[in-house]
Amino acid sequence: MSAGPTVELETLFGDYPLDKAFDEMRESTGEVRPHYRALAEALAKLPQEELQRRKQSADLSFLTQGITFTVYGRDEGTERIFPYDLLPRLVTAAEWDRIERGLTQRITALNQFLKDVYSDAKILSDKVVPRDLVYSCKHYRRQMRGLQVPRNVYIAVVGSDLLRVGEGEYVVLEDNLRVPSGVSYMLTNRRVMKRTFPQLFHSYGVRPIEHYPQLLLATLRSLAPEGRPEPNIVLLTPGVFNSAYFEHTYLARQMGIDLVEGRDLVTHDNVVYMRTTDGLKRVDVIYRRVDDDFSDPLIFRSDSALGCAGLFNAYRAGNVTVTNAFGTGLADDKAVYAYVPKIIRYYLNEDPILPNVETYLLGEEKERQHVLANLEKLVVKAVGESGGYGMLIGPKSTARQREEFARQIEANPRNYIAQPTLDFSRAPCLIGNHLEPRHVDLRPYVLFGDKVNIVPGGLTRVALEKGSLVVNSSQGGGSKDTWVLEN
Amino acid sequence: MLSRVADSLYWMSRYLERAENTVRQLDVTMGLMLETGGSSLEERWQRLMKALGRPDEMEWNGDLEGLARELVFDSLNPLSVTFAVNGARENARQVREEISSEQWQRLNRLFHQMHSPHAQAQFRTSINDALASIVDGIHLFKGVSDTTMIHGQGWQFIRFGRYLERAYATATLLEIYQPYLLHEHERDHSGYQYLEMVGLLRCCTSFEAYCQVYTADVSPDRILEFLLLNEDFPHAIRYTVDGMRDAVHGIQRTGGRRASDDLIAVIGRLQASLGYTTIGEILAGDPAAFLHKIREECTRIHDLIHRYYVQYSIQSALAS
Repeated sequence: MSAGPTVELETLFGDYPLDKAFDEMRESTGEVRPHYRALAEALAKLPQEELQRRKQSADLSFLTQGITFTVYGRDEGTERIFPYDLLPRLVTAAEWDRIERGLTQRITALNQFLKDVYSDAKILSDKVVPRDLVYSCKHYRRQMRGLQVPRNVYIAVVGSDLLRVGEGEYVVLEDNLRVPSGVSYMLTNRRVMKRTFPQLFHSYGVRPIEHYPQLLLATLRSLAPEGRPEPNIVLLTPGVFNSAYFEHTYLARQMGIDLVEGRDLVTHDNVVYMRTTDGLKRVDVIYRRVDDDFSDPLIFRSDSALGCAGLFNAYRAGNVTVTNAFGTGLADDKAVYAYVPKIIRYYLNEDPILPNVETYLLGEEKERQHVLANLEKLVVKAVGESGGYGMLIGPKSTARQREEFARQIEANPRNYIAQPTLDFSRAPCLIGNHLEPRHVDLRPYVLFGDKVNIVPGGLTRVALEKGSLVVNSSQGGGSKDTWVLEN
Repeated sequence: MLSRVADSLYWMSRYLERAENTVRQLDVTMGLMLETGGSSLEERWQRLMKALGRPDEMEWNGDLEGLARELVFDSLNPLSVTFAVNGARENARQVREEISSEQWQRLNRLFHQMHSPHAQAQFRTSINDALASIVDGIHLFKGVSDTTMIHGQGWQFIRFGRYLERAYATATLLEIYQPYLLHEHERDHSGYQYLEMVGLLRCCTSFEAYCQVYTADVSPDRILEFLLLNEDFPHAIRYTVDGMRDAVHGIQRTGGRRASDDLIAVIGRLQASLGYTTIGEILAGDPAAFLHKIREECTRIHDLIHRYYVQYSIQSALAS
C-alpha cells in the first residue's frame, strides 16, 4: 500500500468525536496517547476485510464455545453470546499500581467493617456510621451476629466497579460483595484476543490473568474448616436457568471441582453432604453463587427451592465454609457506600487511595430537597439493587419517570441515593468498519483468603449503544479484553 | 460423581442414540417407499412409527415430505430428531463442567445445525444429504467423547446410556419387523423382499458387517441371528448387553461402591439368555415374546440404575 499509516488513521477515526469525557485513546488535542499508538498503527495497517474476518472468527469462537448468558423473560433464544468489542482496553502499569493498592485497602477495610458490625459494632457506637442506616439495610442478616467465620474473611470474592472521570482519575462506583459475576468473560475474552491479535499482544507485554481459577481455588482452600486438610470444595449454582450459569460451569471446570445445585445437597447432624453415585460425600467449602435469600429455606426465604435446608446451621456449627459469607450485602448497600471513605479512615487510619463518587443520601432532609429539585441532572439508584435495575438517569428521563421516582423517594427515602451524572471515560470500539468511542467501566476481581490477590486486569464493560451510559449486560452492554501492561 | 451429573450424562447419551436411530430408520423407510411393489406407503409409515415405539403418533396423510420434515425438525414433537438433540444438549448444558470442551462444541454445533435455516433448505434439496449430515454430527460427537473425555465414571454412564437405548430400540425394531420377515418370505420371489431385508439391516448400519459374516446371502433367520446374537457387532443386542455389563463394572471400579446385586443379576440373566441359545431355539419358540422380554428387561435395568445411583434414600446411604 502506498498511503502512509497516518492517512489511514484518519479514515479509521472518521467518526470519532471528542467531548468533555476522558478518552482512553486520545488526548484532548486529538493526539493518540503513547500507550495506544502501537494499537492504532496496527489497526491502520490491517486491511478492512482482514479486520472483519478476525471479527467473524472471534464471533464464531464465542458461539461454538457456548459462551453465552441468559436473558430473562424470553422463551425462544434465551441464550445470547455476550457482546464484546474486538479492541483491547489498555491500562498502564502506573494506573494499575494505584488500582491494586486502592482496592486492597478498600477490601481490607470493608471486611473489618463486616466483622465489626456482626460482632461488637464499635463503629456504630463511635457514631462513624449511623446505627439506623445499618440496621435498616435490606441485606443486614441478624442471623450472622456473633458468628465466627473462618479467618475472619467475609468477602473472599469481590468485583468492584471502577470508572475514570475528570482527567482520567479512577473512582469506585460500587463494591460488589455478594456474588459478583463476569470473571469468566474476562478469561474467555483473553483467550479469544490472544488468537485474534497474537503479534500485537506479544509486542505489548501484557500481564497474565489466566491463573485466576487457580488463585480462586487456593483462596477457597485456605478458608476450609479446621481439621479438614483435604477439603471437598464445591461451587453452588442456582442452576441452568441462571443468567451466569455459563460462568459457574466454566469456573467449576477450570478449578476441577464439582458444580452442585441445592438439590444435590443434604444435611444431617449439621454436616453437609452431596449425593454421588458412590453414596453421600461430605462437603467442606461452598463457593456460593446463590443469593442469601435463596440459600436455605429454613433460615431465609422459605419458598426457595434453590438452596439446601439446614445449610445455615451447618455453617453456624463450623462444619462447612460458605463464601462469600451471608449478610455481606450490607457493605455494598449504596447508602453505606457513601460512608466507605470514613470506614477506611476508621479502621486503617489511612486516606482512601481510590475516591468515591459523590453521593447524596436521601434520608437527610437537606440533601433530599436538593436532589428532588435537580432530578433531571442526577442519577438515582435504589440502594439494594444491582445489574442496572431500579435506576433513574436524570438527563435521559421523561418528566413522568421523574415524578414517579420523586414519589417513591418521598415514600421511602432510605431506599434511594443520588449521584451526579458522570462523564466517565470512553474507549475506542470497532463499530461497523471504523472506530467510535463508547463509555467503559472496569471491574477488577479481588480474591481474599490468606491475603488479598488481584489478577492484573478485569472485565471492561462497554455501553455499546451510542451515547449510552449503561454498561450492564442485561441492558445492552458488552465487554472488552483489558490489557494491563508490564511497563 | 454427583448423582445428578451421572443421570444427565446418561440421558444425554440416550437422546443422541435415539436421534441417530430415528434418522437411520427414516432414511431407510423413505428409500423403501421409492419402490412401487411390496407394502403400501401407509403401511410402511405405520411400521416406522411402531418401530420408533409410538404407533399412535403422526398418522399417515399422504404427504411424505411434510411428515419427514416434522419427524426431523418439529422440536415440539417428542418423536422428532430435533427434540432428541435438544434433550441431549440440555442435559449436556447441565453438566457442562463434566464433559470436555470438544464434546460440548461438537454437540453445540449439531444443535445449531438442527436449528439453522440452512438445514431446512438442505432438507428441501436433498433429504438424504441432510440426514447424512445429522448422523455425521452424532458420530463426530461419539468419536470426540471417546478420545477427549477421561474414561472415568461419567464416560461409563455415557456408554451405559448408549447401549441401553440401542438394545431397546433394536429389540423394538426386530419385534415389529419379524412378522414381515418370517411369514412373507416363502411367498415372495420378486426382489422386494430382498430390499426389505437389506433395509432392516441398514436400519442398524449392519449390512456390510452382515455380508462379512454371512456373505450377501440374506435370509430372515440369519438376519435375526446376526442382530440378536452376534458377539462382535456393536449394533447386535448381545453386544450391547455385554457393553452394559462392562459399563457397570467400570462404574464400580472407578467409584468404589459395589454394584447393586439386583442390577448385576438382571443384566447377567439377559446376557445368559442371549449367550446360551441358538436362533433355531428362538424361532421354534415365540420370537415376538422373546424380543418383548428383552425390552421389558431393559426397562427394569433403567429403573435399577436410577434407584441405585441417582434416587437412593438418604437413610440407607447414611447407614452404610
